[in-house]
Amino acid sequence: MEGQAVKAGFDFLGIYGFFDGLMPESLDWLAFLVAGFILAFAIINALVVSTAVYTWFERRALGKFQSRLGPNRWGPFGLLQPIADVVKFMSKEDTVPDGADRQVFTLAPIVFVATGFLVFALIPLGSNDWLSRLNIGLVFIIAVTSVNTLAIFMAGWSSRNKYAMFGAMRGVAMLISYEVPMALAIAAVALASQSLSTYTVVTNQEVPFMLVMPLAFFIFVAAASAEMSRTPFDLIESESELGSGYHTEYSGMKFALFQLAEFMAPIIVSCIVATLFLSGWRGWGPIPGQVWFILKALVVLCALLWFRATWPRLRVDQIMEFAWKGLFPLSLLNLFAVATEIQLLRDPVTGALTDSDMWAMAAINWAITGIVFLAVSRMFARKQLQRPLPKPSPLANMGAEAE
Amino acid sequence: MLDDYFRQYGLIAIFAALAVAVPTGMLTISWMLGVLGIRPRKPDAVKNSIYECGFATLGGRWSGFNFRFYAFALVFVLFDVEVVFLFPWAASFGFLSKEFGVFVLVEMLVFIAILVVGWLHAWRKGDLQWR
Repeated sequence: MEGQAVKAGFDFLGIYGFFDGLMPESLDWLAFLVAGFILAFAIINALVVSTAVYTWFERRALGKFQSRLGPNRWGPFGLLQPIADVVKFMSKEDTVPDGADRQVFTLAPIVFVATGFLVFALIPLGSNDWLSRLNIGLVFIIAVTSVNTLAIFMAGWSSRNKYAMFGAMRGVAMLISYEVPMALAIAAVALASQSLSTYTVVTNQEVPFMLVMPLAFFIFVAAASAEMSRTPFDLIESESELGSGYHTEYSGMKFALFQLAEFMAPIIVSCIVATLFLSGWRGWGPIPGQVWFILKALVVLCALLWFRATWPRLRVDQIMEFAWKGLFPLSLLNLFAVATEIQLLRDPVTGALTDSDMWAMAAINWAITGIVFLAVSRMFARKQLQRPLPKPSPLANMGAEAE
Repeated sequence: MLDDYFRQYGLIAIFAALAVAVPTGMLTISWMLGVLGIRPRKPDAVKNSIYECGFATLGGRWSGFNFRFYAFALVFVLFDVEVVFLFPWAASFGFLSKEFGVFVLVEMLVFIAILVVGWLHAWRKGDLQWR
């Protein structure tokens, strides 16, 4: 079934075998290096190019959503816009403000982009071994995605700009708050698939986990769209309040790198969602697994774009409360609901979970999800009526007296 | 060829090296363009001053930040460490509970319950409220 049709050999073992055949026995390590390098290079390039196309797609689609045109001058339907953008960014002056911490200022975009790339090393695009089949894949993904919090703080701190600092501090507070429910939702996936490897998560996913544990799916999508700080949660760079947040002082290529990382985030998130919750490359019929994977990722990508176009930005206190009082207890509830169901439903002798067990879990979890959604929406809806009176921030003139 | 364990991590290392090299290379190209004079490089005092909506900088250029971030950071550290304990438990839950029965589930419930008491305390103290 899965991916049997595509045996083109564009996996690690295929490339390694090719180079190993060319070289003498003692140069095994060189064949390993070359094969790994080619594969990594191909993946990173695919990611960069698809990000470039996605910037065009997102701007164009947002234009349609908001009844305006979007980029339409360069090439048919504005398709050459990403190239024009790159040329423009390349030819812009690269200013570094006086008093900025130059090393950290330069390092921040590199850290931001590199962590984005690194997550992709563990996404199994097809049933054959694409890059790495690390046995702690889920922990690796959480660890690497949390590094971009650090990159945002590096950028905001090193700029020595008030707006950049406010944006970075808000960003750090929001990103770390949403990291906990995200990690707990992934823990539920590890529980149901009994593995920490992204590859095994897909092979053990007879029924898509989106159906088995919808609560984990919704929590993950909400937390991930906060992690990539897009519109319902785009406090970090709320233009009307903060200039443009942590990258206020950036220009030229460094700014382009931040934009690259930010537009890459939805692609990475949709690939993770497709792997963890939509059973990855699994599909029906003779269609190869890679096609299924890309189709699922595209559906998630369009849904994320739809969220962005639909919802207005939330207030900062709403965001923090939603993370700590809404998503966090829900993710704990989901985790223990799944654990209890596994304990009760699976075969007591072999310990295996069959498909029908999974469907039973799905039925229970959908009921729980419905009840919980009603309860939480009632709780947050009542809150809306008692809105606190806005008072001027004590930060407004911070440092003015110090001079 | 390396055995499977080192092969996986070796590939990750190669990938990480390349992932750092690509943005570094992009910055280097941009810097080279500046050196060659293809893109402008004319810093002056106004251009290098920090952005503050067109005004001259008010007060010190380096502001502090609010204390409320501290409470969130503390609660985060608590629950992120908890997540580290949860992952090995979650991955081996099937195996462990076959061996030891319902005890595995109850023990983790007790552990989380203790942490949840701390979370409720933070809620009651108003540390989870953004003021």
